[in-house]
Amino acid sequence: MNTHIDFELNGAAVAVAVSPVARLASVLREELRLTGTKVGCDAGDCGACTVLLDGEPVCGCLVPAASVSGRKVRTVEGLANGSLSALQASFLEQGAAQCGICTPGLLIAATALLDRNPHPDESEVRDALGGVLCRCTGYRKIIAAVMGASRYAEQANAGAAPHPPAGTFSPQVTGRRETAATLTPPSPRPSLGEGKGEGRMPIVLASEWNEAGLDRRLPPAGRAVGASPVRLDGLAKVSGAEKFGGDSFPADALYVLVVRSPHYHARFSFGDLDAYVAASPGIAGVFTAADIPGKNCFGVIPPFADQPALAEGRARFRGEAVALIAGERAAIADLDLTKFPVTWTELPYVLESSQAQADGAFEIHAGRAKNLLTAGFVERGDPESALAAATHIVSGTIETSYVEHAYIEPEAGFAYMDGDTLVVTACTQAPYMDRDDTAKVLGLPPEKVRIVPTAAGGGFGSKLDVSLQPLIGLVALKTGRPAAIVYTRNESMTSTTKRHPASMRATVGADADGAICGMIFSGDFNTGAYASWGPTVANRVPVHASGPYVTPHYRAEGRAIHTNGPISGAFRGFGVPQATIMQETQYDELAAKLNVDRLEFRLKNGLRNGCETVTGQVLSAGVGIADCLEALKPHWARALADAESFNAKHGDRKRGVGIASCWYGCGNTSLPNPSTIKLGISPDGAVILHQGAVDIGQGSNTVIAQIAADALGVPLETLRLKSADTAITPDAGKTSASRQTFVSGKAAERAGRSLREKILRFANVSEMAALQFEGAVLVIREGDAVRRLALAGMKADADGFVFGAEETYDPPVTPLDAKGQGKPYAQYGFGAQIAELEVDMKLGTVKLIKFTAAHDVGKAINPLLAEGQIEGGIAQGIGMALMEEYIPGRTENLHDYLIPTIGDVPPIESILIEVPDPEGPFGAKGLGEHVLIPTAPAILNAIRHATGILVTKIPATPSRIRAAIREAEAKA
Amino acid sequence: MRYAKPTDLDDALALLGKTQWRVLAGGTDFYPALGSKPLRENVLDINGLAGLRGIAETASHFIIGARTTWTDIVKADLPPAFDALWQAAREVGSVQIQNTATVAGNLCNASPAADGVPPLLILDADAELRSLGGTRHLPLGDFILGNRRTALLPGEMVTAIRVPRSSAVGASNFQKLGARRYLVISIAMAAARIAVGEDGRIADAAIAVGSCSAVAKRLTGLEAALRGLPAGPALRDIVAEARLAELAPIDDVRGTAEYRLDAAREIVFRAVMAASAHSGAETVVA
Repeated sequence: MNTHIDFELNGAAVAVAVSPVARLASVLREELRLTGTKVGCDAGDCGACTVLLDGEPVCGCLVPAASVSGRKVRTVEGLANGSLSALQASFLEQGAAQCGICTPGLLIAATALLDRNPHPDESEVRDALGGVLCRCTGYRKIIAAVMGASRYAEQANAGAAPHPPAGTFSPQVTGRRETAATLTPPSPRPSLGEGKGEGRMPIVLASEWNEAGLDRRLPPAGRAVGASPVRLDGLAKVSGAEKFGGDSFPADALYVLVVRSPHYHARFSFGDLDAYVAASPGIAGVFTAADIPGKNCFGVIPPFADQPALAEGRARFRGEAVALIAGERAAIADLDLTKFPVTWTELPYVLESSQAQADGAFEIHAGRAKNLLTAGFVERGDPESALAAATHIVSGTIETSYVEHAYIEPEAGFAYMDGDTLVVTACTQAPYMDRDDTAKVLGLPPEKVRIVPTAAGGGFGSKLDVSLQPLIGLVALKTGRPAAIVYTRNESMTSTTKRHPASMRATVGADADGAICGMIFSGDFNTGAYASWGPTVANRVPVHASGPYVTPHYRAEGRAIHTNGPISGAFRGFGVPQATIMQETQYDELAAKLNVDRLEFRLKNGLRNGCETVTGQVLSAGVGIADCLEALKPHWARALADAESFNAKHGDRKRGVGIASCWYGCGNTSLPNPSTIKLGISPDGAVILHQGAVDIGQGSNTVIAQIAADALGVPLETLRLKSADTAITPDAGKTSASRQTFVSGKAAERAGRSLREKILRFANVSEMAALQFEGAVLVIREGDAVRRLALAGMKADADGFVFGAEETYDPPVTPLDAKGQGKPYAQYGFGAQIAELEVDMKLGTVKLIKFTAAHDVGKAINPLLAEGQIEGGIAQGIGMALMEEYIPGRTENLHDYLIPTIGDVPPIESILIEVPDPEGPFGAKGLGEHVLIPTAPAILNAIRHATGILVTKIPATPSRIRAAIREAEAKA
Repeated sequence: MRYAKPTDLDDALALLGKTQWRVLAGGTDFYPALGSKPLRENVLDINGLAGLRGIAETASHFIIGARTTWTDIVKADLPPAFDALWQAAREVGSVQIQNTATVAGNLCNASPAADGVPPLLILDADAELRSLGGTRHLPLGDFILGNRRTALLPGEMVTAIRVPRSSAVGASNFQKLGARRYLVISIAMAAARIAVGEDGRIADAAIAVGSCSAVAKRLTGLEAALRGLPAGPALRDIVAEARLAELAPIDDVRGTAEYRLDAAREIVFRAVMAASAHSGAETVVA
C-alpha cells in the first residue's frame, strides 16, 4: 500500500515510497536513514521525535507520512546547515546536553520558539519545551542555553565573531562526521567491521577543536583538571550525528520481536513453531530457551545469577521474554503477535514483599526460603541499651514505590558474526559484564564475544544488566545474519529493572545534648522476580542507613525479597535514597523534639575526620559533610526567613524549607572493583586514550581525558579517544556506583604518570620537563635543554604506540565481618541539599521554589559537568519524591508514569565543596549517585515544615498530601 | 486494509457509507492506540478536507470545524466566554500535540480526562454529525456516552462543533489539576462560565468538571444555587455545601475518589472566582 510522497526535507526535495500512515519519525529514520530524530515512546509522551512541519514543532511519531506531502520538514540535521546554529553552540557551552538522546527534540522545539521570539523569558522557554522530556540534565542548563542563544547570534550579526553566516558558527570540519543537512541516499553501513580497531567514538583532533568557532574553553597543558571544557563528545550530540543503540542498524539485518509474558506468573507451552514459521512469510525463525546453546542463566552478581535469557516453561514476571521471532523488517513490522502459538496458564502470584514473606507463600525460586534472596547486616555497640537510655526517641515507617529509570532511549542494538566472533553493538553501561554474560548464555568463550558500546541515551543503573544482548546474539549466532532490535517503550518499562520499593522501619535516639546515641533500622526491599542487583541493595543499605552521622550504637538490616513484580536492580544509589528518606525525616523529628535548628542538629552529629563509621571504618581524612552543611548555613537562614514572611501573609498556601544530607561509598561494597586505563603516543603525534569508562551522559569521556592529560602533562586537545569496545580497550569496569571519576580516573592518572615517566626516562630528563607536540615531533623541554623526538621514525608496539602505558587501580577495601564491620569503601562522598517549596493546602500540590545543593566532590575535575550531575540528580529526586510510582500492568508508558518536565524543576544553586580525598585522582570523589540521595528527604522535610504533616508513602502525590492534611485537620 | 484521503466531504461521507473506517485526523490518539501493533483497519484520512479546519461565525453559532487544532484555538480571537477553552487548549498535551491534535478528536476519543470537554460543556456546545443520510446535532452531553464511547453511528463523522451565540456570554476560566506541570493527564479539571450582572450578582453560571466521572459533567445543581448570588469569596460556602451528585470519581493511580471530589470542589470554586472576576488568574494549579 506504499504511496509516493514528495516533500521538502531540510531544504532539499525528497521523495519516498512508504505507507501513507507510516509515522514520519520512522520514515526519517528507516527510509531516509536520518537518525538524528529520536524515538522514545511512539506515543507523543516524550517529544524526542520533535521535528518542524512548516516551521511548527510536531511529534514525528504521530504524524502520518501522507500529511507531509508538499510540506517542509526540518530535523536536527537541518539546524546546522554547514555550521552550528547559535542554539547548538549555546547548548554546548552551557552543558545542556548530557546523554544527548533528547537533545535533537529540544533543539528543534527551541528553534521554533527562537524563530519567532529571539529573547524568550524563562516561562516562555518552559512553555515551548514542556513537551520534551529529559532524564539527565534537570533542564536548568537547557533553559540557560535557550535563553542565552541570542548572545551567539548577536555576536555574529555584529561581526564580532569570525563566523561568516549570521547567527551560525563553524562546525568541526572532520570529513567523518555528518553535520550538514546533506541528504545521503539510503545506504547500508559500508562494512560491518567498521570501527574495528578504532572504537565507535568520535575522535578528538587538535585541528578540529581549533576550527570550531565557539569557545570550547580548552585549558592549557597541566590545567585541565578543574577546568570546564565543552564536553569532548558534545558536537555529535547537538548535530544529530551521535549514534545511539538504534541508529546504525545494518541494512540487511533481521529484526527481532520478543514474545513476553502478559502475566505476573504463568506456565506456558508452545504450539507448532515450525509450522508457524513456515506459514509466516518473511519470518526467518523462532527461537526459544531450547535453542540456547550455553547456560540459560545470567545475572550481574555471579553467585546469585538466576535469570534465563528466555524463560523455560515458567514466566516469573509480566514482561519476561519467552521466545524470539526474527524476520525481515517489513514482515516484523506487520506481524500480529496475538497469533503466536503460545498457551499460558496463569499461576498465583505475589507483588508485595509482605505477601512474599507470608507463611505458606510459594517459593519464586526453589531453595530461596520465604523468598528471601539475601540480607545485609551491620551492627555496632548495643543499640537497644543506647535507645533505652536516650532522652528523645523517634520511630516510624516509610514505604517507597517502584521507580522506573525512564531514560529516553529504549534499549537497542544489533549483533552480527565477524568470523567466529559475535559482535554486539548496543547501548550499555557495562561492556565487559555484557560480554561475559552473553558468552555464558550462548556457550561461547568470552573472547569470542565483542561488545561495542554505542552512545547510551541514559542508563542510571538499568543498562548495567544485559537485556537484548543475548537475544540478538542468539539470532545472529543461529541465522548467521545480523540481528537488530529496538525495545518499545512498553518493553523497556516492563522487562528491565526498577528501583526497589522499600518498606522501612527505624528508631533513632538522641541524648539531652542532641547527640545521636543509637539507631535501629530494618528495610524490606522488593527485588522482584530475579536477583539482579538485589544483593547489592541489601548490603549497601545497612552500611549507609545511619547517614553521614556519628552513630555509636547501631543495627541495620536490609533484606532483598523476591516477588513476581518487575525486577528491581540498580538505580542511582542502590537503595540508599530510600533509606535516607527514613533517616533524614526522623532527624527532623528529633530536632523538633530537641527544639534545635535542623541544620545545626545535623552539623553537630556529622562525621568528622578521624570518626568511625557504623562499620567501624576510621575516616582519617576527606570527610566533607560538615563543610557542606556550613556552606548551606546562610542559604538556610535566608530560606527560613523567606518562608516565615510568606506564611505570615498566606493561609491557603504555605511555604516550607527542608534539609537533608547524604554520604555514599564510591565503588563496589567490599568487593574487588578494578579499572584499567591504557594510553599511548602514536607515531603521528597524538595521545591515544583508550577510554573504557562508558560515558552514559555523565561525562567520563571528558573527565577521564582531563585527568589523563594533566597526569601526562599535555594539552587536552592532543588526546584522541578510543571507546570502551571490548576488542580494543581494557576493562574500566562498569559505569555504576559513582566509581568512574574515582576508580577509572585514578587508573587514568596512574597511566598518564606512568607514560610520562617512560618518556622522560627515554629522554633522560627530570620530572620538571615539559612535553609538547609539534606535529609528529615530541618536544621535551627542561630549562634551556630541548630534546626533539621524531615519533614517525620510532618503532610502534602492538597497540600502535611509540610510548604506551597501561595501569590498573583497585580501591583498597576489606570484607565485612558477620556484624558488618570492616572497610567497605575506599572513598566516600558527602553532600547536603536545601529544598524550598510551597504547598497548596487545599489541593495538596507542591510548587518547588529552589534547591541549594552543597556537594563535597573532593576536587571538581570539571565543575560544569559536576553541576550537571547535581541538577540531574535533583530532578530525579524530585520525581521520586513527588510523582514517580511504577505500577506493573498500569503505568507501563510515559503518560501514566510521570517523570519531571521542564516545568517541574526550579532554580538550583550548586555549591561545589572540595575536601580532597586521599585516594581519589587529584583528590576527586564520586558524585553521580550522591546528588539524588538528599533530594527526596529534603522535599519531604520541607512539606512537613510547610504543613506539619509527614507523608510516609512515597511519592507524596497531591492526593496523599491532601489526605494527610485532612487527617491532621480532623484531629485538630 | 484500505486507505483513503478524500479532498471532498461528500466523497468522505460516501466512503464512510460503504464500509467501516477508522478516521485519522491529528493522529495524536490514533498512533498511541495503535502502539506497535500492525494496522489492520481501513483508514479514512480526513486531513485532505480543507473545509473542516477553522472557526467560523454565523448569526446563531460559532462553528469549530472538525479539523481545527488546539493551536488554532489558541490563536483564535474569541469572546471571553471561550477563555476556558483557550486555557484548556494550552494545556492539551504539549505544543507538539496542540499543533496537530484536533478539538473534535478530543471529543471522539471520549477520554474521561479530555481537557477539551468541560470548556465546551459550559458553552452548551453540540457536535455536528454528518453521514450520507444527513446531518444531526447532538449536545455534547448526549454525544459522549461513556469512557471511550460516543453516539457516533456507522457511516457518520463529526464535521464540526457548534457553540450557540446565546451561550457565548460572560467570561470563563479553566482549572487543571495534575501531578506535574506539562504533558499531564488531569487528576481533575473544572471549567466555569459566569456572567455577572451590573448589580454584581451572578446572572448566569455554567460549570463543568472532568476526570471525576466517566464523562465530564455539568454541575447543574450548583449552577442553580449560584444564580442570583453576589459574586465574591462568600461563594466558597455555596460550593462547599453543594452535593455535586453528578460526579462519581474513582480511585486510580492519579488519586483517590475522595481526593478527587475534595479537589474538584476547590478548583470549581477557583474557576468560578476567576471567571466572575474576569481576571487572568492562573489556569494551572499544579
